[in-house]
Amino acid sequence: MSEAFRLPGADGCPIRFVFDGMPYQGREGDTLASALLANGVHLVGRSYKYHRPRGILTAGAEEPNALVAMMRGPGRMTPNLRATQIEIFDGLEVRSQNAWPSLALDAGAINDIAGKFFSAGFYYKTFMGPKVAGSGLWTRVFEPIVRQAAGLGARTSEPDPDRYAQFHEHCDVLICGGGPAGIAAALAAGASGKDVVLCDEQAAFGGGLLHETRATIDGKPTRQWLAEALAALRAMPNVRLMPRTQAFGYYAQNFIALSERVADHLATDHPVRERLWQVRAKEVVIATGAIERPLVFSGNDRPGVMLAEAARIYLNRYGVKVGTRVVLVTAHDSAYRAALDLKAAGVTIAAIADLRSDPAGELVEAARAAGLPLIADARVAGTKGRLRVSKVGIAAGVGATRWIGCDCLLMSGGWTPSVHLYSQSRGKVVWHEDRQMFLPGASVQAERSAGACKGTFALATVLAEGQQAGAAAAGTSSPSITYVVAGDPPQSGGHLGRVKAADGASGKAFVDFQNDVKADDIDLAVQEGMRSIEHVKRYTTTGMATDQGKTSNLNALAIAAEKLGKSVPEVGLTTFRQPYTPVSFGAFAGANRGELFDPLRRTPTHAWAEESGAVFEDFGLWKRARYFPRAGEDMHAAVHRECTQARKSAGVFDASTLGKIEVVGPDSAAFLEMLYTNPWAKLEPGRCRYGLMLNEAGFVMDDGVIARLAADRFHVTTTTGGAPRVLHHMEDYLQTEFPDLRVWLTSTTEQWAVIAVQGPKAREIVAPLVEGFDIAHEAMPHMSIREGRVCGIPARVMRVSFTGELGYEINVPADFGRSVWEAVWAEGRKHDAVAYGTEAMHVMRAEKGHIIVGQETDGTVTPDDLCLGWAIGKAKKDFIGKRSLVRPDMVAPGRKQLVGLLTVNPETVLEEGAQITATATPKVGEAAQGHVTSAYDSPALGRSIALALVADGRKRKGQTLHVPMPGGAIAVTVVDPVFFDPKGDRLNV
Amino acid sequence: MSDRMLASRRGVLDGLFLPKGEEFSLTPAPDAARFTLRGSPQAARAFGPAPPQVLRATSKGERLALWLGPDEILLIAPGEDAGAVQTELEHKLAGEPHALVDVSHRQIGLVLEGRLAARCLSAGCPLDLRLSAFPVGMATRTIFLKAEIVLFRQEDQRFHVEVWRSFAPYLIGHLGEALIGATGL
Repeated sequence: MSEAFRLPGADGCPIRFVFDGMPYQGREGDTLASALLANGVHLVGRSYKYHRPRGILTAGAEEPNALVAMMRGPGRMTPNLRATQIEIFDGLEVRSQNAWPSLALDAGAINDIAGKFFSAGFYYKTFMGPKVAGSGLWTRVFEPIVRQAAGLGARTSEPDPDRYAQFHEHCDVLICGGGPAGIAAALAAGASGKDVVLCDEQAAFGGGLLHETRATIDGKPTRQWLAEALAALRAMPNVRLMPRTQAFGYYAQNFIALSERVADHLATDHPVRERLWQVRAKEVVIATGAIERPLVFSGNDRPGVMLAEAARIYLNRYGVKVGTRVVLVTAHDSAYRAALDLKAAGVTIAAIADLRSDPAGELVEAARAAGLPLIADARVAGTKGRLRVSKVGIAAGVGATRWIGCDCLLMSGGWTPSVHLYSQSRGKVVWHEDRQMFLPGASVQAERSAGACKGTFALATVLAEGQQAGAAAAGTSSPSITYVVAGDPPQSGGHLGRVKAADGASGKAFVDFQNDVKADDIDLAVQEGMRSIEHVKRYTTTGMATDQGKTSNLNALAIAAEKLGKSVPEVGLTTFRQPYTPVSFGAFAGANRGELFDPLRRTPTHAWAEESGAVFEDFGLWKRARYFPRAGEDMHAAVHRECTQARKSAGVFDASTLGKIEVVGPDSAAFLEMLYTNPWAKLEPGRCRYGLMLNEAGFVMDDGVIARLAADRFHVTTTTGGAPRVLHHMEDYLQTEFPDLRVWLTSTTEQWAVIAVQGPKAREIVAPLVEGFDIAHEAMPHMSIREGRVCGIPARVMRVSFTGELGYEINVPADFGRSVWEAVWAEGRKHDAVAYGTEAMHVMRAEKGHIIVGQETDGTVTPDDLCLGWAIGKAKKDFIGKRSLVRPDMVAPGRKQLVGLLTVNPETVLEEGAQITATATPKVGEAAQGHVTSAYDSPALGRSIALALVADGRKRKGQTLHVPMPGGAIAVTVVDPVFFDPKGDRLNV
Repeated sequence: MSDRMLASRRGVLDGLFLPKGEEFSLTPAPDAARFTLRGSPQAARAFGPAPPQVLRATSKGERLALWLGPDEILLIAPGEDAGAVQTELEHKLAGEPHALVDVSHRQIGLVLEGRLAARCLSAGCPLDLRLSAFPVGMATRTIFLKAEIVLFRQEDQRFHVEVWRSFAPYLIGHLGEALIGATGL
């Protein structure tokens, strides 16, 4: 079988492709649908719920049936693509979906026979209903089976190897839709010189003009006019044509999202598969056309049943006959055009069954004149044929049903304007009773509709409307060009809801083909109490999911309205959701994946740590060296060695990620007085102080060492994770509460690389590198800062300690960080110093009982809870959080307080987050006394230690409490949180 | 303190692949002394360039002043020593309330050039970068995906971008992806 249904003289290059393992030939320019039809293939899929054989219903983006999976190699399978949109290329491989073992013989079709069990609301009734078949049977047995059987294509589980790009775009005029209205709009807007973007989801621009063979524009065949118009647009440098680009969502402030298919139609590799465009357009023209409506009668879903205009498109645009013997069922004149064109191409028209009692008009007369058999006041009994329609039962009025043989059945219920984008722009559609259409109402955003999407169908008017819309969008007066159209006879008609049934009618009549919703399901939903169309939609799933009711909305609405005895607008219309057609997840992800998902922040000495074998951990966006294992060491061994050696001689630590804010201005001390609990006014330049920051509720939000460099300049440090939050908090208060203070904040986190040297040998290591100041104990006491040079580079050196050891933190400009680190390291080696990571840092600070914000605090902890009452300036009039600290709850007994815990068994390391109870086996419902905040094996103590927040903890020192765990409660003794060197002797050396 | 201890400089771009195409190039701007100047916009005059208007940059010689906010200006002095510039400015600004903070190493400068420069920036920057909306001489603080940048258009097809150092690999990686993503545009 090779293109048996192709018209003779097809000139496109032959193209080979594979569908369900079978090789086929198509032509350049074919869609998968047109190529399959050229080969006489109508059966392309199985339906969602009933697994009914389904064919190709439409010729465009609205296709609900012909959903297929495109295979492009590992990770490149794309399910649920519409065969009517896939452009074929040599080597294309496509598979049908939802059928097993094969499309023709599908086991799931049993659902069709068992259909009455799968009525509307089936999902709710079974999954949420009573335990019909015994406890758990549904969830364990039936639900998995139903889930497997229902649904559309499967997803791929391999990573997607393709690249997806995303760009922002701005233009003066965006025109969505490249049919006659869109092109006329682009010509008019383009002439203004403004930036114009014209997008269309198809490969070729032209919309309906691409298959219009009868009409002429300005005396030219439409296709010639189209070619000239496109050439004119391409010659305009300010007009950009975007084919294969679907405007899929209209959002606030004229923000429209476009999805461009770049590579899916190519046989060769291309670096980009799709592009997502986020367009901000000053003005928008919506020219999205209209969608032909199916008719609702029994068996209207059989392969070979199509929309009439689709048959005309396949014939005139692709040179493909949809069958040899065709019956049309219509309520609209446009189907007669299809009949006449098919007849002219040699297709037998077995009958035109018109639902209208007295069809008339130019096209009807032309059909009569051509001798096409016409049945007026037609009713439909149903269709026959297993995998392809073979007969349709038609009756004239109440007459007897006649079964007419055919291999294709075309239907037309009239046209539904595509108001999706208008509706998404938050515009309210208006029901036009005389035309039986929802049409755009007033504009909410800067947009206007033109052409068929506005209910305008006569080509001359469509072109004029497009032109006016383009000019209006460009802000120019409407051009004086009048398009003269001939051969476009007027058309009318239309039908909503069920088709009257003929004698002997039986079988399912489908409303929503994609979601397998029948006319009866809508009735049932109403019968079961659904009143709003929104409820009917959810109950029956009509118009849901990827389809968004493109072919089904109005029929469903009309059936519901009839059943409810209400008018269509009274029942309402469901919301049109984005996206108009499905968009790849890849397009939404863009390049934001893997290494580029988040900024991955590395410190200036990161490479050194990497070369030294460091294991890293994530700290917000930062990568920090966690520990530096030597050969054969696990984390525990490495951390043990790092802690031990740091306390014995010295350790070098990268503290660059600490947040740093330079607070400068004559009022900087006054500002810090408000932001921190501590007093700052009297802190002398050259000295440092531990600062505690509260939120308004009085709870600890951050801490850090703050150094005064000059009367009007402070070097503030914050926690690593808190840096942006603290800067924002400061800026917020500065601008809203203290705008009179002359002080300014600058983030300097990344200006400085910070190298901490901690341990008894720290001074000996740092001293040789320093010039310009003395770091001796007397000259530079604990908690002081000096500016000078380190390794010849301007530096700030602070004498601070987070480990309890003598310590210095060297701040040098970041580009010098690596080099200074290496110099420090070289000095350190002379004293057996180690490089240590964040894990050892955590252990050593816990040995000293130093808190970590976010570990010992959780947003409900006060300074007093943490034994940090000393950090509050008692003489201060005010600071943020001060008033809250005297609230009754904040001073009530029983608050959780920071304590140390020692397990009875020194080997046992508690679990962080574990609850603490008074007894080993607390009664169910008994509140916990607190929880473990930090727990480590302490090398300095040679045993395990833990910090914890315990109710009235300070009064409970010496008591035994319990930490219940799955393996039994662990007994602990409450102790002081400072485990190591409680008097601080090691600091003052 | 012996001579061998003089530290050397290593920038964040060291060893990093910089995307390059026929119609796009990304090059590092020269090392520069940089300051944020807060509180006294007129103080830019002491630096050299005229005080910039809203969302504009001014220059004098090599020195640049970029308006970043009502009381915030970014000063860039390519090739100059930050300490010397700071001393000079603090001397001139004595008595005037202000904040001058050295951020020379906090961020780096990148120069994006070519027909696709604006297109690549539009991969992460939502601003309208058409010449009519973002003319030559315009400067602003903005975003590129999840990174904050300062964007300054120096010529029709030439942008100067400032980005905090640890965000630079992220920005450059995305610009490289954008360049490939712009294939055929």
